[in-house]
Parts: sequence; structure tokens; C-alpha cells
Amino acid sequence: MKRRRKKILAIASGGGHWIELLRLQPAFSGSDVAYVTVQRDYAADVPGHRFHVIHDATRWSKASMLMMAGQLLLVMLRERPDVVVTTGAAPGYFAIRFGRWLGAKTVWVDSIANVEELSLSGRMAGKYADLWLTQWEHLSGTDHLEYAGAVL
Amino acid sequence: MIFVTVGHQMPFDRLIRVVDAWAEREGRADLFAQIGDGAYWPSCFQAVPFLTPRQFQQRMERCSAVVAHAGTGTIIAALQLGKPILVLPRRADLAETRNDHQFATARHFAGSGMLLVGYNETELAARLADVETFQPPSLLSDAASPRLTQRIGAFIAAA
Repeated sequence: MKRRRKKILAIASGGGHWIELLRLQPAFSGSDVAYVTVQRDYAADVPGHRFHVIHDATRWSKASMLMMAGQLLLVMLRERPDVVVTTGAAPGYFAIRFGRWLGAKTVWVDSIANVEELSLSGRMAGKYADLWLTQWEHLSGTDHLEYAGAVL
Repeated sequence: MIFVTVGHQMPFDRLIRVVDAWAEREGRADLFAQIGDGAYWPSCFQAVPFLTPRQFQQRMERCSAVVAHAGTGTIIAALQLGKPILVLPRRADLAETRNDHQFATARHFAGSGMLLVGYNETELAARLADVETFQPPSLLSDAASPRLTQRIGAFIAAA
């Protein structure tokens, strides 16, 4: 079988989620990475990579959530990733669901901000994440929730 | 210059008010704030609603200290540059965020001596005098722990 570079879709919403995703970049070396986020300005953080912006649905309104999910689905149909990696939040959850439909392997890294319990989107994503990571050891161990270090 | 920032998601007038009152008392004008869609504009120093990532980075690089909400993006950005940072956690009961996760974040970072916290307005006001001389323990590297990136890298290789 001919080996080709793995296609990765790396996705995060704004602020800390995006900063945490950027810190995972050494994990993607040798892969073909496309980034998806909610702010056009962030393109400057990932020069040389494909970069897609979707609607920012962080206010949890139903209409904006639908718009974000629709845009994301179109991006994912174009990208056809082998692996989806996300640090949350809502866009990452949808990316993991869509990734599963499209046959991708999925990685959820719950934000380091969630010290006492997993985020809501992180709990929801668990069922669909092949690799489900928390950055706090004391939260790991139940189900397949795993601790393998942190973004710091 | 002290860089005051509330992040991109929601305003945080409670933070800006305390810093503004402190600046007035101390006669300081060498502060700059990013205040989001806040209704309160500081009277003692310059402020803007939002900054581009490049502008944000420049303010971070040039400042003597950071005063901010307890968002991980802001905290990590400050620690990567070795800047002292003082945070005020957002409160869910005041609709400053959806839950109180910033308290836990602040406690854990402060527990390892990486930053200063004011858990309320009084504490924040008291710590403002110390933030510029606070020494964070060491410069944060610019990537996640090798253990984490290796775990994800191995997963990708096997996918």
C-alpha cells in the first residue's frame, strides 16, 4: 500500500481554545493540516496551511449554531480529513460528529481551563471521540477519558 | 505600560472599573486596555474594544505587566513572554461567563506560583501595586508538553 501524508483537520473556537490548538502543532509534523476556526485574523498564526473560517456560534443561539454547523460540514466535505483534532468548544463537537460520519478518526483535547469537570461540549463529544483527553489527571480514568499531559 | 485585557468573548466592566479607580488613585496613565463590548470606558487611560492578534501580541511584548480575566489564552500568552500577570476570575452569577471555571483556572495557576490572583475587586485592587514586580517562575515553552504531542502524534500515525 502506498503511504501518503495523513490529512488532519485541526479546529478550535476563539481565544484560549485556539491558543491551545496552536500548542499541539508538533503533533502534526509530517501531516497535511487544514485549520478551522472562527476568526479570520488567526490565519496569520498558521502560515502555509489551508485555513477556513466558520461562523462564531459561541453565544449558543440555535440559528447561529446551525449556520456554523452547515459551514463546517461543507468545509469537511471538501477537506475529507483522516483525523480530526480539536480543543473545543462547540465547533469542535460538531467536527467530531461530522468526522465520524465521514470515517475520520477523532481526537478531543478538553481545554486546560476545565479543572474541576470536563466542559459540556467535552462531555458530549466523549462518545464520539476515539481519543478523548483531559489535561487534568484527576479527571481521567472514567470511561475512556485519558490524561496524557497538558498544553503547558 | 500595564496591558489590561478581557479577551474576545464578553465584556468585563468589573475589571476595568477597578483598574481605572486604581490608576486614578495612583496617578497612572501608562496603561492600555482592551475592553470588548464593555459599557464602561476608563477615564485614566486609553482603551479599545478589540485588537487583532498581531496588535494583541505587540501589546503583550511591550508591556511591563498584564491585568486580565482568568482566560487560558491570555494567561498562556503572558507566560510565553515571561510577563507577570494578575487575573480576576469571571463570575457566572454576574453573567460574566457561563460558569465559574475561571476560579479553578486561577487557583491552579496561582497554586504553582505562575500568576497573581484577585478573587474579588478588593483583592484585585490590593494586588495591582505588586504585579509589575512579580516574577513568574520560568518562561513557558511555545508548545505543549512532549508527552501530549507525542500521544496525539502516535494516534495520528496509527489512524
